[in-house]
Amino acid sequence: MILIYLILILLAGALLAWISGNLNHVLPRVITLVTLIVDLVWLIIYLLQTVAFSNKWLIDVQHHWILQFGIGVHFALDGLSLLMLLLTFFLGIISVLISWKEINSRVGFFHFNLLLILAGIVGVFLSLDLFLFYFFWELMLVPMYFLIGIWGHENRTKAAYKFFLYTQASGLLMFISILALYFVHGNSTGIYTFDYIQLLGTHMSASTGLLIMSGFLAAFLVKLPVVPLHNWLPDAHTEAPTAGSLILAALLLKTGAYGLLRFIVPLFPIASSSFAPIGMILGVIGILYGAKLAFAQTDLKRLIAYTSVSHMGFVILGVFSFNELAYQGVVIQMIAHGISTGALFIMAGQLSERIHTRDINKMGGLWEKAPFMGAIGLIFSMASLGLPGLGNFIAELLILLGAFKSNVLMSVLACIGLIAATLYSLRILQKVFYGVKNTDWKMNDLSIREKTIAVSLVIVIAGLGFYPQPVFNIAKPALLKTLDEHNEKTQLNSENLKVETDLKSKLYFYK
Amino acid sequence: MKTLIALIPALPMISFLILVLFSGKLSRKVAGWIGAGSIGIAAVLTVIVSVDLISALPEIKSYQITLWQWMSVGNLSADISFRLDSLSLVFCFVITFVGFLIHSYSIGFMDKDEGIIRFFAYMNLFVSSMLILVLADNILLVYLGWEGVGLCSYLLIGFWYKEPENGTAARKAFIITRIGDTAMIIGIFILFLSFGTFNIQDIMHLASAKWVAGSSIATITAVLLLGGALGKSAQVPLQTWLPDAMAGPSPVSALIHAATMVTAGVYLIARTNVLFSLAPIVQGFIAGIGALTLLIAGFSALTQHDLKRILAYSTISQIGYMFLALGVGAYSAAIFHFMIHAFFKALLFLAAGVVILVLNEEHDIFKMGGLRKKMPAVFWTFLIGSASLSALPLVTAGFYSKDAILWFALSSTSGGVVLWIAGIVGAFLTALYSFRMIFIAFFGEAKTQPSFQAGYLMTIPLVVLAVFSLFGGFIELPASLGNFHLFSNLINQSLPVVGIKNVEHLEWLFQLISSLIALSGIYLAYLFYYKKPVFIDSFNHSKIHHFFEIGFGFDKVYDILIVRPVVWLAEIDKKDFIDQINISISNMALIGNEVLSIAQNGKLRWYLLTFAFGIAVILTYMMTK
Amino acid sequence: MLSVPVETQILFAGILFFLGMIGLLVRRNLVFMLMSIEIMFNSAGLVFIIAARHWNQPDGQVMFIFILSVTAVEVAIGLALILQVYHHFKTLDVDAIHKLKDE
Repeated sequence: MILIYLILILLAGALLAWISGNLNHVLPRVITLVTLIVDLVWLIIYLLQTVAFSNKWLIDVQHHWILQFGIGVHFALDGLSLLMLLLTFFLGIISVLISWKEINSRVGFFHFNLLLILAGIVGVFLSLDLFLFYFFWELMLVPMYFLIGIWGHENRTKAAYKFFLYTQASGLLMFISILALYFVHGNSTGIYTFDYIQLLGTHMSASTGLLIMSGFLAAFLVKLPVVPLHNWLPDAHTEAPTAGSLILAALLLKTGAYGLLRFIVPLFPIASSSFAPIGMILGVIGILYGAKLAFAQTDLKRLIAYTSVSHMGFVILGVFSFNELAYQGVVIQMIAHGISTGALFIMAGQLSERIHTRDINKMGGLWEKAPFMGAIGLIFSMASLGLPGLGNFIAELLILLGAFKSNVLMSVLACIGLIAATLYSLRILQKVFYGVKNTDWKMNDLSIREKTIAVSLVIVIAGLGFYPQPVFNIAKPALLKTLDEHNEKTQLNSENLKVETDLKSKLYFYK
Repeated sequence: MKTLIALIPALPMISFLILVLFSGKLSRKVAGWIGAGSIGIAAVLTVIVSVDLISALPEIKSYQITLWQWMSVGNLSADISFRLDSLSLVFCFVITFVGFLIHSYSIGFMDKDEGIIRFFAYMNLFVSSMLILVLADNILLVYLGWEGVGLCSYLLIGFWYKEPENGTAARKAFIITRIGDTAMIIGIFILFLSFGTFNIQDIMHLASAKWVAGSSIATITAVLLLGGALGKSAQVPLQTWLPDAMAGPSPVSALIHAATMVTAGVYLIARTNVLFSLAPIVQGFIAGIGALTLLIAGFSALTQHDLKRILAYSTISQIGYMFLALGVGAYSAAIFHFMIHAFFKALLFLAAGVVILVLNEEHDIFKMGGLRKKMPAVFWTFLIGSASLSALPLVTAGFYSKDAILWFALSSTSGGVVLWIAGIVGAFLTALYSFRMIFIAFFGEAKTQPSFQAGYLMTIPLVVLAVFSLFGGFIELPASLGNFHLFSNLINQSLPVVGIKNVEHLEWLFQLISSLIALSGIYLAYLFYYKKPVFIDSFNHSKIHHFFEIGFGFDKVYDILIVRPVVWLAEIDKKDFIDQINISISNMALIGNEVLSIAQNGKLRWYLLTFAFGIAVILTYMMTK
Repeated sequence: MLSVPVETQILFAGILFFLGMIGLLVRRNLVFMLMSIEIMFNSAGLVFIIAARHWNQPDGQVMFIFILSVTAVEVAIGLALILQVYHHFKTLDVDAIHKLKDE
């Protein structure tokens, strides 16, 4: 039941925060913080009690919901979702802390939305019923729309619209695919169900599989995002308040990656294999094109947003490499990117809070004023360019190695992304912290609260860089299961194909 | 004993952490002594471990220690583990010992600088990374150190960040080396996927067992690793960053851009020598690149005005010698020259640092002059360094190390006359530009007055290094002069011995030639730059002089071929054409909206008329059907 | 009893409808337009009556009563709106009132 409680606590906290917002401004923050800490601590206690991670679900909760249509409340936890939940709660706490001074209007409603988004994300990471999954998938959007639209920067309305249109439209495509899968499975077995486990073995023709998969892909690839479906991201990230950018970059994008791993690969083994070359090409295009655009931007938040596109390119490259190395890399990349890009967004937020601009051409020489912030900026720029010793390096190394196994050319092209990452990362440092002061900004270095946030993020990213093994151990069974699920089918398929071609060649021989 | 090995890189790292965490609370002096002291202790530890290992040789060839498991995924596993053999021992010794001298010098040098704590933090991080690089047991950990030193190099070149040019130079250094590093990591991928391990020793054993000499995979891998080495060691065609890197403080130039980091490429090639021997073409290529680099850099050094830029080109040129030695398989000669070069080049940079400091940031040697009398200690040490650099016969260490390289360039089984001639011409150039510095900067009349005298903190390291630059060479004497092989015996414990053609009896002749060449270079420098400067007046104003001065125009070519296209590419599609497509879709919807909303004019009777008209049309249609 | 052919009856209703429609299109005063609409309603009602008589079914008359009540309501609301419009714009000319135009 812990899984349901995790979500219910968030929802209850959300309502409480909203109501308490009428009383004063501090109460909603405290309530939100407490809610998230309770969830995080509960999860950590559970994690510590778990002795071994096997390939079974760690927790599996099933209830009926709408029996007639085969819809159930089915939550389950495995290593992958556990890691994602930890990341969600951790960054959730951070996002409350960074908004402490930034958000001063409609504080209650802000935290209501914040917790609602997090509830949606947690639901997405836990749902094993496709209908329920879709429900949570959509639940993330509306509060996010408000978050951007109400507390965002100058072009917030447009950005919010764009975000909503992209994600909503692609979400609907996924819903059609969910229904199609439901009916295909129902027609072939007579059991009409939305349950993931039962749908796993659905038999379908190659073209049907591709068609249904494309709906899921649409949703996940837009969320990830992949070029050319990425355009909502720079606008949304740029215009959102800092907490919004953080959640978007660090968590919302990860739901796309999670979806790929959890649904695309095991549900559509054959279709995803045939899509793999295109997927890898899309990944490489994302890496290079995102980096190229990041290099050209002058708006700091926009620049960081495009680096996300580039980093998520690695994720899709890894997912479609179909091997353990790449998958472990993807998991680490999800976490490390969440931390490092989140930290960069936090830095951008702190900068614009102090000097009221995001234009890097107007910055410069800020190291003198804010050496602590400079050091933090340095560390996370280095993380973003994949410096060994920080988490992103492990991720990119494993993904590239895994990709190298399945497609040498793509992997080598992706390596060029490492050079491109150097270009844009150093540009951030150069423009913001180096050089002479352009304007005589009156700014303070980080406060204690901000230092705490920054240092905790640094610890996590360095920990991932030097001792990522615990993460590997937690994620391993889940990833292996996914891969087995995938490989079993594809091998069966290739054997069938082989038999077919053998037959054909024999027939040809007898002719 | 083994734990001591782990302490060697750990000490500077701890010191780095202390400096970072307590940066606000430490006094400047204390910070300096923590920074230098940690390296000093590491140097002492290195000596202890060295003595232990050398006495255990040749039964025990290496010490190993594993600290923790870094990662283990599928069949991939990598540990944080160190391995000390005679090769890494030499590197460790140079890094900690020269590093300690440079750190103590820096306490004096950076005394007035506001960022002294930051400086020592970066320097300690650098030393730690460099030690990890040379001690690493697996190639992934080598890469970690490799990138770590790159980062520190970047940070220290841009240490005086308020000057935008320093930032640009730092960025240039990082990006160019990163291009090489990317090639290297691809090479590492190939190695891992071929052999299933990152452990260097295992890779070397498996490679020699599995790969055929001259096979394409061995060649490709060797080329990729070489790419990393070329970037880090500033060899043609990736050498352009090093002269600009002189924007950093002089101790940084001494430690990173002369003594240690830039020789990481030499270390890498020596460490993975099996791969290069499996790819003879690449190894020949290395010799060629070394020869080419030493000439190009030598000519460029001859024409520079900036004291530190002369030394930078000189460094490129000397590393060219090391690459030449690596290319002909004379590993011990390369490592020997690395060590001696670390001594005299660190000395030269530190002395140059003093000169520049007391002359209030004057870099131009033509504006110095007459420093011989004003600062005798610096003059004498600088002279010793220059003499060692010019390989002044018999009395300097540089003679023995460079002579070994020249000899092997000719006599090694893969050497040849062309390589030897390149080396000899390079040696001539070296002598010429070294003493050009001496005669222009230290003789003649004083053009700038020194503002103060350097303290003991700065002069003592100079003297110590000068001693080593003179006598460090006596641990390895050629067959014709004493035949004493302490150093190569040590190195040959971990690296292959060079194969020699049957010309040993002629060694004295070639030594004589190279000695004469060096002496004639010094004499010509005396003639051209002190006695009769008119001789070279026309040369000084020629186009070829300018061509040499801008480093053979590599920067310009790269600017046109790479930098501008990249910037152009970034600018051309700044707004993301895909976004523009999306915007045009929404614009089309708006246009459609405008067209259709003409009908909605708010006039009731207009609506009615169209309504009636519509009904009429429908009715007509229904009736005629 | 004078029997008029059903076609003529329908034609009459049609003429009435067109008169109403022309009135609606031609007049600019809202009150007259409302009256024209009433005429059109009534012509439609007439068709129901004609049909009811033709087939001897009561349904048509039921419908007419229904229409009658609807029109009564409609006139009431319509007049109220017209009053409001007059109050607001000080005119009843429809051409002068085009607030619903797409800006």
